[in-house]
This record gives sequence, C-alpha cells and structure tokens, in this order.
Amino acid sequence: MSGPFLELIDISKSYPGVVALDRVSLQVSPGEVIALIGENGAGKSTLMRVLGGVVEPSGGVIRVDGAARSSLTVADAIKAGIAFVHQELNLFDNLDVAANVFIGREPVRGGPLRLIDRKRMHAGVAPLLDRLGCDFAADAPLAELSLAQRQLVEIMKALSLDARLVIMDEPTSSLTLTETDRLMRIVAGLKAHGVSIIFITHRLNEVMQCADRAVVLRDGRVVGTLTRAELSPAAMIRLMIGRDLKSLYVPPAAPPGDSVLQIIDAATDTYPDRTVSLSVRRGEILGLAGLVGSGRTELARAVFGIDRLRGGAIRLDGELIRIANPRAAIEQGIYLVPEDRKGSGLLLDVSITENISLPDLASYSRFWLVDTAREKENAMRQRERLNIRAPDVETAVGSLSGGNQQKVVLAKWLSMRPKVLIFDEPTRGVDVGAKQEIYDMLRRLTDAGVAILMISSDMEEVIGISDRIAVMHEGAISGFLDRSQFSEHNVLQLAVGHAIEPEGP
Amino acid sequence: MSKKDLSLLVLILLVGTVVALINPRFLYVGNLSNTANQVGLFGIFSIAQAFVIIIGGIELSVGSVIALLGVLFIDLIVNHDVDWLVATAIIVAAGLVIGLVHGTLVTRMRIQAFVVTLCGLLIYRGAARYYTEDATAGFGFGASFPMLEWLAAGRTNVLGFPLPHSVVALGVVTIIAWVVLHRSVFGRYLYAVGKNEEAARYSGIRSSRVIISAYVICGGLTAFSAILIAMYTRSISPAVHGSFYELYAIAAAVLGGCSLRGGEGSIIGVVLGTVLLQMLQNLVNLLGIPSSLNFAVMGTVILAGVLGDQYLVQRRHRVGAAKGRGQASAAAVPIEKMKAE
Repeated sequence: MSGPFLELIDISKSYPGVVALDRVSLQVSPGEVIALIGENGAGKSTLMRVLGGVVEPSGGVIRVDGAARSSLTVADAIKAGIAFVHQELNLFDNLDVAANVFIGREPVRGGPLRLIDRKRMHAGVAPLLDRLGCDFAADAPLAELSLAQRQLVEIMKALSLDARLVIMDEPTSSLTLTETDRLMRIVAGLKAHGVSIIFITHRLNEVMQCADRAVVLRDGRVVGTLTRAELSPAAMIRLMIGRDLKSLYVPPAAPPGDSVLQIIDAATDTYPDRTVSLSVRRGEILGLAGLVGSGRTELARAVFGIDRLRGGAIRLDGELIRIANPRAAIEQGIYLVPEDRKGSGLLLDVSITENISLPDLASYSRFWLVDTAREKENAMRQRERLNIRAPDVETAVGSLSGGNQQKVVLAKWLSMRPKVLIFDEPTRGVDVGAKQEIYDMLRRLTDAGVAILMISSDMEEVIGISDRIAVMHEGAISGFLDRSQFSEHNVLQLAVGHAIEPEGP
Repeated sequence: MSKKDLSLLVLILLVGTVVALINPRFLYVGNLSNTANQVGLFGIFSIAQAFVIIIGGIELSVGSVIALLGVLFIDLIVNHDVDWLVATAIIVAAGLVIGLVHGTLVTRMRIQAFVVTLCGLLIYRGAARYYTEDATAGFGFGASFPMLEWLAAGRTNVLGFPLPHSVVALGVVTIIAWVVLHRSVFGRYLYAVGKNEEAARYSGIRSSRVIISAYVICGGLTAFSAILIAMYTRSISPAVHGSFYELYAIAAAVLGGCSLRGGEGSIIGVVLGTVLLQMLQNLVNLLGIPSSLNFAVMGTVILAGVLGDQYLVQRRHRVGAAKGRGQASAAAVPIEKMKAE
C-alpha cells in the first residue's frame, strides 16, 4: 500500500457562534476503509462537505497528491477522484440507470446536434453493472429500483468518474440486512481495487465488519483513531462520549402526576410493523432520544394528526381520543413545535402578531372578524413573557434570529391552553442564550402542569433537561432511562439497538 | 391602501391624463359611463379569480362558465318561464357547485388546479355550444323583463352621471370581499394557506376546506357576473361569449399585486387592476389604434407594470439590506405586501 494521496491538516470551520470543525486532520491512503463515527452534530457532515468542495474551511490545509491548497471546489474534488454517495440520493427517478450514471457528461454524437449517444452510454455502464453484481439493467428506469439498488447506481456513478475515494454517508440506514451484507461485500471489492472509502455510520457492528480504522469525532474534534486491532463497540462508545456535560438540570417543583398522554402500540408509515408505547406524565419532561431516522419525528407527526396512525391508540387523561387532523389535536390541547421551523412552524413573511394568533384566531374575533387590537395585545404580552427580541410585533418573523423564531412558535401555543406539548428538536439552530431561555420556559410549563415530550438529538439537551428518557431505535422504543441511569453511554447504547448493562461500567 | 395599490392608482391617473389630453372624448360622460360599466362587469369575476389565486390556485374556466351559465340563465327565463329570481338562485347555485367540484378535485384528488380548470374551460364551453346547438341565445321579440333589466343593466343618474348598476354591484361585492379577505378569520386562513399550506396545517387550519371554499366563492361570484354580463349583452353566441375572460381576470389580479405563488394580493388592487385594463381597452378605441392590436397593448402594459414592480421590490430589498446589515430590521417589505390597507 502506498502513502496517503489525500491529507487534511488542521482543518477548521466555524460558523457564527459555532465551531463545527476544530483542527481536524485526516489522511486517506489508497484502498483504505475509514469509518467516521460520532454523535449527531459532531462535525462529520461538515468534514465531508469540506472534502466535497461544498464548504470552504476557515483554516487548515488540504493536500491532494502532495499539492497543498486551502480549500477545494466541487470541480477540484471531482478531479481529485472524490465521490459521494449521499444519504438522500442525488438521482433522477425520471431517467434510466445509464442516464443517471452519465448525468451532466453524456456521450454525444451527431456533431453540432449533440444528440445523446445512448448506445455508448449503455455500453459504458455494462462493466460497472458486472463489477458490482447488479441485478438490474442499464436501461431500467430508476423509479422502479429499490433504495438499495439506487445506492448502487450512485456507486456506479462514482466509479465511472474514476473515483479514488468514495464517501458514503450512512449508506445502510435504510437498508435491510441482506442489502447491507451485499453493500459490505461491495465495499470489500472496491477496497481490493484500491478504492478508498470513508464510511459514516451509526452502526458499530458495520464498523467492526469492514473498517480498517475508525476515526471518532466529537464537538468538531478528532478525539481518537482506533486501528483495526483496537476496534470494539465499547472502545468506540467510550470515545464518542466522554465529555463532562454541563449540568443544566432543574428538578421539577413537584413529583410527576398521573399520565396525561398515553401512546399505546402506535405504528407509523415509516416502520409499519414496529409499535411504540409510552406515556408522558403531568409535570414531567420526557426526552425522546434516538438516532436521526429512528422514527421519532414520524411518531410526533402522527400523534399531532399530520399523518395517520397505523393502529394503536392514544389516551389523553385516561380517555381514548381520536386525532384525525391537527385541528383535533389542538382542540384536545396537544400542540407540536415542529422540527422544520421555517417550513412547518411559521409563516416567514408574516408578522409576529399574526403568526401567534393563527391557531386560535377564532378567539381573537367577534362575528368572525379579527379584532386586531386584541391580537396585538396578546402578541405584546407574549413578546414580554418569552423575551422575543424584535423591533416590534409587526416585524416579519423571517427576519428574526433562529432563537426568536422558535420563541414565536412557542408563543403560538402558550397563548392557548396546552396539556401536552411535543417539541421536535426544540433548540436546533438556536443560539446559546435563547436556548437557556427556552429550557427555563419548559420547566416553568411543566411546573404549571403541562406534560412535555421532547424529541432531541442533542445529547447535552436530552440528558440535561429531561426528567426521564425514552430511546427509540428503528421505529420502536429500545428502552427507558430514569435520571439515575442517565448517561451518554446508556442513551447511545439504546440508540444503536443494544441493551444497557444493569450496572454502568 | 398599500404602497402597491397607490402606485397602481397613480399609474391609472397618469394613463387617464395622457389619454384625455390626446383625445378629450375620453372624459365625455357617455364614454366614462360605458367604461365604468365594463369595469363593473369584469371586476366581479376578477375578484372571484383573486380568491383562488390568493390560496395559490388558478381558475381558467371563468370565461366558459360565463358562457354556459349565461346561456342557461337566458334559456330559463325566456324559454322556460322561470321567475327571474328563481333563475338567479339556480344559476348562482350552479356556479357554487362548479366551484365545489373544482376545489374537491384539486384537494382530494390532488390534481393540479391548472389541469382541473383547463378541463373545465373546455367542458363548459363545449356544453354551452351543444346546449344551444351553437345558435345565439337571446331574448325573443317582445320578451322583456323590465325589473331584471333595470337592476342588472340599468343606469341611475347620480349627480348628472349615469351610474351603471354593474358598478353598484361591483361596489357591494368589493366591500364584502374586502371585509372577508382583509378582516375576517377566514380571510386570514386564505392568506395563510396560500403562503405556506404546511405551516397552516401545523397551526390547525383545515387547509383542504379553505381551498375548496375559495373555489366555491369563485364559482358563485362568477355565476353572478355571468347573469350581469348576459343581461348586458342580451344575446349570447356560445362559441365566443366570455372567451379569454379568465385571462382578463388573471391579468387584473396580477396587476393588483396577487402573486401566482399565492398568499398575496389585495381586493383594492384587483379592482384597480380591472380599471386599468378597461382603460387600456378604451384607449385603443379612442386613440385610433387598430383594434386588432388590443391584446398586444394590454400585454405590453401588464409586462411593463410587472417589470417595474419587480424593479422596485428589488431596489427596496437592496436598500433595506444595506441599511439593516447586522440588525434585525431588514425585511419589513413582505409584511406590507400581505397587509392591504
């Protein structure tokens, strides 16, 4: 094996207020399989975007075949032989396999007419199909392929570009076991041909299976590299966590009361044959942890009536209720602060006032005419209460910072009478100061008798804020943790589908 | 009145002044009264269209609905001796049903509004022609409905100006539509759904119902205008009656500040847009421009108007961005688009 053809040296990237990467160094030699692991938000994606030329690092050197430079462009990355297999595949399902592989660089014929030379295109794909052992043809329409097959098309695209390094971002997250096995074999095959692979995953057994070494990121830093000989799930988890969490926890004023929201054997469309049962008690914050894609958001959407629940039942204060649409949920006092604030939570170019009153407009009106004075009065009150920083309540919410936008979403629901509040990533894209204010508000709400279900991928938040944690793994609850059991180790164990040991290490 | 409406009003006054200077006949009472009548007739179905455009939809069948319902109305009162009040109720109900069908197809069947209403355009036109066997429907010899004719197509002398009753009707429709759109809970929902249907749903708004209601309102208002137009023309050739009217309506709505992406527009703007369009029609006649150029003039003016507006918006954004860099004061622009006062 020859020396590294690609070196990252002290790569840093900071965004206003956040350091996403902090002097990260990484070397890639031909034919090497590197697993890149770390919690959500550890900086894996940013690092890969730097490699792909999408993100310009704020510091450090990238050395390709010995030539040093401070950043790559997308074209540079392709020229250097770096290819991506994205989590969300970048394919066109209205085209066939060959057309997808050659998109943007189609072989042409007919001189100035530049007609697509379909024959040459299909011929070009044939050896790749063979090499990967694909069970579909070059002219198969992409729309008819399964997710795993589409992934192979992405890999073919990378290979047809003579990629030396293929970066796979959680390639197995939606594959079945057999499909995963096949992918593992393909990874081994690529390696045998001298192609290097960076493999981002949360599944530690896959790392065990295929990686030559594992690089562990935490808070934007490389916290350790494990060689093949050193690899073990325990070692990886130890590196992934192992920081002192600031203690954010404020205990509730009173012990939790009866169960308010009870979800019984609920299944969602994403995992139709897995069910979830959990209950949130009066005055408690139940953290819902799990990896991205474990079905938490889908559960929240179904409870709020956005999607249909597949079987199962929901009890509110012990009584069975039917939630056919969000209106029904809202009438019952179940409110959702969605993950996609800009797409689902707010009308961005509408004023703070009108955003706040929207779900409860009828109560600001007489004879179906909106009483704008009352509306505004409430908005001012909420601005005061939640400390929404804006020039005035007529400001469009789109011009506010993330934290203040989130406070507006919160203000919508606090203007009404919440029984159950579901938060989906309550502080994503929220600055530190506003984060603390939101946490304080959550505690004040539970102390006032509200039950809170908080979906969060931020370990510090889940452990620091929750009174109890439920962990989801592939559409089902893999375990509950009481405060005495709270640790990153335990949450992570459950999140990757392992059981927790009765006594922590 | 929003800035947008104001600039449209200024444009109208400007065009009016220029036309009046070139040809003083523009200001003759008779000419003004006739133009006002056109504004009254076209304004009602333009407002109808605006409801649908605000929720992010489009209604292409307006012209065909006007032909079909016009034919049916005249047939009911002339050939079937239906009392005109009953006939009016039937026709408006038919318009509401058409809207209900369109809205249901768009929301429940998830067919694009353009496609649904394009099919409507073809179907209703065909139905109108088949029903009359392509013959002109009109009032027979001696047939007369003095009360109805006076109400729908008459004029009342107000301070020496013969005010067409269609203008009175438009006035009433405008006031009601203004209150509904800009003051009522339902109006707020219409804008919310048009701006971001997803977020509206997450706020508990039953967006499908709101969308269907917009089409129903559009259908009902269009039916009402169909009766007025039928009574004004007094005879209907089903092959051409009302053709292209949907485009007049869309043009008026766009001139009036509606965005085809939805969530924007004001009733005052739509009425002013109609006024400008009818003035342009009138201008073509008065300035001796060949009437074959009619559409070309209209198209050019609309394009120029939209371009000018785009330029102003972008300039405001640049100025705002330069001023508010680093501060949270930048984007006050979009709110005033939404607020139409």
